[in-house]
Amino acid sequence: MTAPQPLAFVNARLVDPESGYDGPGGVIVSEGVIADVAKGREFGKLSKGVRIVDCGGAMLAPGLIDLRVKTGEPGAETKETLASAARAAAAGGVTSFVVQPDTDPAVDDPSTVDFLLRRARDIDFARILCAGAATKGLRGEEMAEIGLMREAGCVYVTDADKPIADSKVFQRLLSYAKGFDTILAHRPLDPWLAKGGAATGGEFAARMGLPSISPMAERIMLERDVALLEATGGRLLVDQLTSAQALETLGRAKKKGLRIHASVSINHLCFNELDIGDYRTFAKVTPPLRGEDDRQALIEALADGLIDIVVSAHAPAPAEDKRLPFDQAAPGAVGLETLLPALLGLYHDERLPLIDLIRAVTLAPASLLGLQTGRIAPGAPADLVLCDLDAPIIVDAAKLLSKSKNSPFDGRRLQGQVLMTVVDGRVVHRAEG
Amino acid sequence: MTASAHDPSAAIETIRKRLFSFPKRHFLSAGDLNAPQAADLLDLADAFVALNRQTSKSLDLLKGRTLMNLFFENSTRTQSSFELAGKRLGADVVNMNPKTSSVAKGETLIDTAVTLNAMRPDLLVVRHASSGAASLLSQKVSGSVVNAGDGQHEHPTQALLDALSIRRAFGRVSGLTVAICGDVLHSRVARSNVALLQILGASVRLVGPPTLMPAQAERWGVTVHHDMKSGLAGADVVMMLRLQLERMQGGFVPSTREYFRFYGLDREKLSRAAPGAKVMHPGPMNRGVEIDSDVADDPVVSLIQDQVEMGVAARMAVLAALAHRLEEEGR
Repeated sequence: MTAPQPLAFVNARLVDPESGYDGPGGVIVSEGVIADVAKGREFGKLSKGVRIVDCGGAMLAPGLIDLRVKTGEPGAETKETLASAARAAAAGGVTSFVVQPDTDPAVDDPSTVDFLLRRARDIDFARILCAGAATKGLRGEEMAEIGLMREAGCVYVTDADKPIADSKVFQRLLSYAKGFDTILAHRPLDPWLAKGGAATGGEFAARMGLPSISPMAERIMLERDVALLEATGGRLLVDQLTSAQALETLGRAKKKGLRIHASVSINHLCFNELDIGDYRTFAKVTPPLRGEDDRQALIEALADGLIDIVVSAHAPAPAEDKRLPFDQAAPGAVGLETLLPALLGLYHDERLPLIDLIRAVTLAPASLLGLQTGRIAPGAPADLVLCDLDAPIIVDAAKLLSKSKNSPFDGRRLQGQVLMTVVDGRVVHRAEG
Repeated sequence: MTASAHDPSAAIETIRKRLFSFPKRHFLSAGDLNAPQAADLLDLADAFVALNRQTSKSLDLLKGRTLMNLFFENSTRTQSSFELAGKRLGADVVNMNPKTSSVAKGETLIDTAVTLNAMRPDLLVVRHASSGAASLLSQKVSGSVVNAGDGQHEHPTQALLDALSIRRAFGRVSGLTVAICGDVLHSRVARSNVALLQILGASVRLVGPPTLMPAQAERWGVTVHHDMKSGLAGADVVMMLRLQLERMQGGFVPSTREYFRFYGLDREKLSRAAPGAKVMHPGPMNRGVEIDSDVADDPVVSLIQDQVEMGVAARMAVLAALAHRLEEEGR
């Protein structure tokens, strides 16, 4: 493959969380890396053969890094393939994403990690990274080959949606993974309290007659996780925190200086339990949407840095799995294409400065995983997103590039249009018109 | 109404006079009605009671219409009540039992709905174990859907027949105190009754052990009691709910005998209620679990048999009003 033409982005609003810069500027991209960055100045005479992209004041930021994406590959390719997810990612300005191991078969040994990463290598639209299972078959019993999977290239280990109920197993995982400096991602959920639930326990679910889960299920498990983390000194990524009471637990753990990080899904930042009114199964996600108080607390926690990372929690489910009675419908929502415009809502509402929002989907996940991406600095990989922050869009689920169209944002008015996405110096997406 | 009871044509005349167009295309939730609409439905149902007590009970209001009973959960009582209601109104009634018929093998609810819709039923009566199922189905069919019970959500025709039974026993609903007792948490009957009784101006109490009480039920505009003595004190109506025996295995209560001791209705507990208080139960009853036979079978206090009779009349009123709307819409 011939090297792509060097690009010079000029006249942009440059947002780089690493240097803390948010202001006018430009970037020159050459041979897959960022060759030069201009902050508050213009480039001198550009060499011949450089294509100039006039950004017209649009935001130029590091490409987004999404730590929690599900596809259907392998095992359920009708839902989503790595390629279709990558295409959707490019349209959403996501340049790297981590696929979850709960596929069929599960990614729980080095050969499946290798298989996935080989498949991923042929896909140009995005960098596809992979998480390995923490336990064999995601059963929560025996430890998976964490060391070998790390060697094969997995970036962290997790049992995805399945909580690891056995405290002994969880303790060993934290402790063993430490030897490979590997992060264990865990979604805290007490499986006994959560059994059979489809909505958040409270007045609303009770009125709707839906089987429900108390948010307490999250806090109880997180309290255990933190206690064991304290004992082992491992590294923990709290996957998709959703409740105010669990935030208190997280706050205490961070204050103690434990190596703990937390993510929140875009769905829990944008929706609350009322969005499942009329039994809207497209708003059925796992963990379930919480009350408005919890949503506000999550936004606050993101603003003050208690929560580090925002994920799309992209979980494709075809219509036949969604158009069912609420308690039977599959949970999950696609999110790769709507992550950035939805997140920008918090900027437009003046809840968070733009640079802090961008950090949570670029530098923060990159630093956590030790990636070179997620920053705009000379020598860094040329993964960029160009976005018109103010452009109004109406999300049309039918037009999403994901194979599955299960978006709770369908019909929503958002502000922020991805104009161009660059991966490894190549333009992988350009907005129509 | 009482005068017409002896004259067959007068009963029909009253029905025709009171017949109106149902306020919505579907009847999914008791809360969909406002007070005047609910009163109109009860008036119409009253007229059907008169008709049902005559030898000749048949009418042609639903002539040419097809009523489909679609019961994903078994219920002899409700299904035959709807069947009878439909037949008395002159409809062609088809009972589909998706559990045993080939219609729904491996099909999703929506597929079943679309398939059945192609048979062009005018009225579709649905019972399903999932909350929201009737609402989901209503989005996919061209006829009118009646919710005959969706999971733990609503059972609006039950609330209507309960209100009819109460109104006929007391002459009013407004101003009465109704205590709904037992497994409120899992009860669609309770949810629909809380809504409709409050619309009609009754004050409602919920009585039951904390494990069987919905979260924040006090926000439903009711008072919550965990003790039958205080819950029943001065109540005009005591509405008992069925305790599903699987709740016992779920660990919501320790045993049936303990449940009966503290939450089962017997004479002693009933004596706390207002003089002349009436006892109701949606059926089928677990005698000796939530209710003592002594109370259930006492014709002076029990409205339980009336409820069954009112069920047919209330459902006739709902079906007739829904069909009237279809007619007005030219469908």
